[in-house]
Amino acid sequence: MKKTYKIDVDCANCANKMEQAAKDTSGVKDAVVNFMTLKMSVEFEEGQDAKAVMQEVRKNCKKVEDDCEIFL
Amino acid sequence: MNKKQKKMLIRILLSAAMLIGFNFLPVTGLVRFVLYLIPYVVIGYDILIKAFKGIRNRQPFDESLLMAIATLGAIALAIYSEVVEHEAGDYVEAIAVMLFYQVGEWFQSYAVGKSRRNISDLMDIRPDYANVERDGKLEQVDPDEVEVGSEIIVQPGEKVPIDGVIVSGTSTLNTSALTGESLPRDAGEGDEIISGCINMTGVLKIKTTKEFGDSTVSRILDLVENASSRKSKSEAFISRFARIYTPAVVYSAIALAVLPPLVRMFGMGLAAEWGTWIYRALTFLVISCPCALVISIPLSFFAGIGGASNAGVLVKGSNYLEVLSQTRYVVFDKTGTLTQGVFEVNAVHHNKLEEERLLEYAALAESASSHPISRSLQRACGKEPDRSRVTDIEEISGNGVTATVDGIRVAAGNAKLMQRLGVEWIDCHHAGTIIHMALDGEYAGHIVISDIEKPHAKEAVRALKKAGVEKTVMLTGDSRKVAEHVASDLGIDEVHAELLPADKVAKVEELLLQKPEKAKLAFVGDGINDAPVLSRADIGIAMGAMGSDAAIEAADIVLMDDDPMKIAKAIRISRKCLRIVYENIWFAIGIKLICLALGAVGIANMWLAIFADVGVMIIAVLNAIRALFVKKL
Repeated sequence: MKKTYKIDVDCANCANKMEQAAKDTSGVKDAVVNFMTLKMSVEFEEGQDAKAVMQEVRKNCKKVEDDCEIFL
Repeated sequence: MNKKQKKMLIRILLSAAMLIGFNFLPVTGLVRFVLYLIPYVVIGYDILIKAFKGIRNRQPFDESLLMAIATLGAIALAIYSEVVEHEAGDYVEAIAVMLFYQVGEWFQSYAVGKSRRNISDLMDIRPDYANVERDGKLEQVDPDEVEVGSEIIVQPGEKVPIDGVIVSGTSTLNTSALTGESLPRDAGEGDEIISGCINMTGVLKIKTTKEFGDSTVSRILDLVENASSRKSKSEAFISRFARIYTPAVVYSAIALAVLPPLVRMFGMGLAAEWGTWIYRALTFLVISCPCALVISIPLSFFAGIGGASNAGVLVKGSNYLEVLSQTRYVVFDKTGTLTQGVFEVNAVHHNKLEEERLLEYAALAESASSHPISRSLQRACGKEPDRSRVTDIEEISGNGVTATVDGIRVAAGNAKLMQRLGVEWIDCHHAGTIIHMALDGEYAGHIVISDIEKPHAKEAVRALKKAGVEKTVMLTGDSRKVAEHVASDLGIDEVHAELLPADKVAKVEELLLQKPEKAKLAFVGDGINDAPVLSRADIGIAMGAMGSDAAIEAADIVLMDDDPMKIAKAIRISRKCLRIVYENIWFAIGIKLICLALGAVGIANMWLAIFADVGVMIIAVLNAIRALFVKKL
């Protein structure tokens, strides 16, 4: 399953960090952050609850870049 | 400018003004220190807060943290020289570093926001509403709510919101937003119409054939907006580089601060000069931010894709733009890309009577058939055949037809028919389908019918060569003679004729094996039944694909109109974009490494370091935006 979320982040490197953080979250198979369109598309692993996983993703992203936001 | 940017700008101006103003105040000691602390806090408080959060979240390579260490370190050194060495400490440097860092961030955010808007303006084809007639009145509704098969009204000056068929009305359509083609197109009753065109003259009533979400305009927007998510190799390289670069610079900064003084102290018996080495280490931290690199590469691709879509070339991902720029082999499907796929009477030779009369006889004799050949004869004739003039039509399969027209025995067909009728015929050296004519058993000349080349096909092949394509190959199911004629006419290097669709895949695979690894192969098709070849090639280019879903699915690059000149243009756009990408990579990495080296030996001070950070980023961003301008390519 794949879903796309709007995000807000100020710098390109921070976007890269968010991508890495999202990828490292459990339940996420793959994640791509597009800084230019401010979108994050997340591919979830089978049988994962997207909402619960995204809460974790958001938490992890906030850890690496305090100034970011994911609109769930 | 948004609120955040405005606030930042005020902070920047305020602290810059203070910095300059304090220079002229005759204060010293503690007062001076406190005074200078004001602009530092004004410009840097958010960085300091973020740095603190970085520590809490255990992010040792957080940029804010590094910036905070660098500037606080510089202030500490200034205090040290003030207190211990009784010299006026240099606070300006720390504030300036913070100031310029913020200027850089501000500029980046402004430039990126601006190019985001620019590119979405370029693709400003999203219709906001659809007009639906209800109780005799026009009502504006959300195009999402219009069901398939409803009738919508499009008034002059409005965008067509949904794909459909024109029920009534005629008008001129401006398709430039979709195709990059500025020549308006005429449309009338019964014509299919695609969303995104602008209705210029008349009122159109359209019966929708698709939902808004499936309409051309939605699909295109979706495609372009998501294109930059497919990351190119250069982008992947830069993200990897950024992940190593910052830690590497930070560790070498620590080494620079500690090792040389220890070596000097114990190894060489000299003074340690801690201050000097710590200062040099701090300049390292200023250069450690990888932002210039990380922002400029995706921005270049984004701008390149935006510029390309404005020119009617849809690129489905940054990676495809990258591969396209390495294209050395271009393989064409003949029909629909180089030729129009429409048969047309090309010439009439050895005619005993006027061309028009001969064509008329041919058209009348063939009037019972619906074969493309007979239709092209009718088109050349310019009028509907009067069937009452024709009697005794006899079709001889594989040969042609005989019929009686106005009492004259007319035979129209190939050489076999002439042989069969015992008529002496003259062979034609032209490529194409030849129709020999015999009137009352007398040879009356022949008509050459062939698929016509597109108007720009020849220039297009030449333009490809000029754009650096080494080899052009044409694949076709047509006969060898026709294929070779077209190829030599257009200047194509290699032809493979009489291929079945499956053979085309095999041929492309063969070519893929032959070519060197680095040279990429692009296949250009019209999207009709060549989807397997499109996906097999390094790059699949579908042309004239407006409204053809299968082609948009299968291809990597979609040319919105069917002008073959666009292929060379697409390659030139990709070359320009990739050139900018490489310029930015080399420039940013190069300057940073030079500044690191100069900083290590003490030649570069913090001012140069801040240039290596902010200056390089500003130049790289400005350079990246150049990728947007593709009009003159």
